Amino acid sequence: MTARIDRIALLAVPGLAYLAVIYALPLLMLLAKSVQTAEGFSLAEYRAFFADEYNLRVLWRTLRVAALTTLLALAIAYPTAFVMSRAKGPWLTVFLVAMVLPMSLGVVVKAFAWSILFRANGFINTSLQWIGLTEKPVRMLFTETALVIGAANVFLPFMVLPIYAVVRQLDRGLPEAAVSLGAGPFFRFFNVTLPLTLPGVVAGSAFTFSMAISMYVIPSLIVGERQQTLSMLIARSFLYLRNEPLGSTISAVLLAIAIFVVVFSSWLARRLGART
Amino acid sequence: MTQTDRIFRTLSWIVALGCVVFLMLPIFITVAASFSASPVYTLPPPEWSLRWYASLERRSGLWDAVVLSLNLAFVSTLISLVLGTLASIAVTRGNFRGREAIATFAVSPLMMPGLVVGVALLQFFREIGLRDAYVSLLLGHIVITLPFVMRTLLASMAQFDFSMIDAARTLGLSYPKAILKVLVPSLAPAYLTSGLFAFLASMDNYPISIFLTDARNKTLPIKMLQYLEEQPDPSLAAMSSGLILLAILVLVFGARTVGLNRMIQG
Repeated sequence: MTARIDRIALLAVPGLAYLAVIYALPLLMLLAKSVQTAEGFSLAEYRAFFADEYNLRVLWRTLRVAALTTLLALAIAYPTAFVMSRAKGPWLTVFLVAMVLPMSLGVVVKAFAWSILFRANGFINTSLQWIGLTEKPVRMLFTETALVIGAANVFLPFMVLPIYAVVRQLDRGLPEAAVSLGAGPFFRFFNVTLPLTLPGVVAGSAFTFSMAISMYVIPSLIVGERQQTLSMLIARSFLYLRNEPLGSTISAVLLAIAIFVVVFSSWLARRLGART
Repeated sequence: MTQTDRIFRTLSWIVALGCVVFLMLPIFITVAASFSASPVYTLPPPEWSLRWYASLERRSGLWDAVVLSLNLAFVSTLISLVLGTLASIAVTRGNFRGREAIATFAVSPLMMPGLVVGVALLQFFREIGLRDAYVSLLLGHIVITLPFVMRTLLASMAQFDFSMIDAARTLGLSYPKAILKVLVPSLAPAYLTSGLFAFLASMDNYPISIFLTDARNKTLPIKMLQYLEEQPDPSLAAMSSGLILLAILVLVFGARTVGLNRMIQG
């Protein structure tokens, strides 16, 4: 019996060995390199990074934009997932197509489409003036708001689908039971429906947040070089400045945030899973 | 149903319909711009024309990028499907410690910053002396496609009744044959879904690829961004519209064969 089980475990070897060599090992080497100088172990690069006010501003902006993007996506995705779970026939098709079809439009073209919309003479400004909401064009391109809207648009399906997966399997009897026991709509939502759907919310939010802290193409097309993000700093130090130690340090900082998100969200998902 | 319920339901529908419009907006803009007669992106276009579709013929650099990206996406997805199937069987059926950890590890590249993975691979490949851009790109793209495949296959295999494999073996099939003839066909929707998402993720990857390309091997997103910086005319919109049309055909095929909902949920 053990022999057969061991043979099955061996099937995981090719894939795991691949990821160990072509993914985990390079990342570990990057981390090692960022604390290594000619003289040996040193945190000097990190001290220099965190001592620079400009870097701290970029770090803060990156986190803020990612958090706002996640919140906006969640606010749109949560009700949408519920409507999708009740939708039938052609309506369901419309929702599903809207989730998947935009993925065929590359992120470069999508971000560019948003930059067209946000231009001073772009569609949004022209419409606003036509309705009479503003007289002069509103400056939208190059702003953080534009970036958050564009990013939420790109990541939205990755927020909706995990929540939809959970809502679809939600036992309709539970909210109904709460009602028959005299629960009002608010009590029922906050004490029954929301806790049951939280695993989907955590999965979608973690995924959206980790993609948003590391996005590069969307900010470079919507806000440009004026408002850097961590990813843009990394790209700049490697591709233009040729400053590899700096690039490695920023990469390590970004990696640390991403690993924290993964560990924290999977811990949270396990706890929520244990409760239900 | 109370008054409050009705209000919430109406609000939810408004948000959901807004969501659909919001998601489809970039597609409408791109398709509208592709039929524009103007060399700059103005909406709505002053006049309609097919000139940017005709101009695609001359953009040989773009076509090279399309071919390279399709090639990378196809080969890396195929390799991931094989590696992913084996690893998923081990995690689902194996009886050893650390199976949870393996699953988390295999899916984790999805949540790692692409640029950081790209930088790490660049330094690693330089260290081991790998200079070939195509091989570097392919190795990097498997890191992107494998987690998509693993995520869907792990979920689907958890629901697969493995006693069917045992039945097939009792009837005389070897274990590999039983996997190929029983497991793979019954997980067809999962293969279609994960393959499609992996393929699209590879086609669309910028942050890892940017560090692994050379002058001759530029993938589509890299070429597109460069093109937008140099001459932002609507040829790109025309080409993207072509790719959207292709995606619609794939979706129609998927909806006909396995059903859209099953396809999207794996």
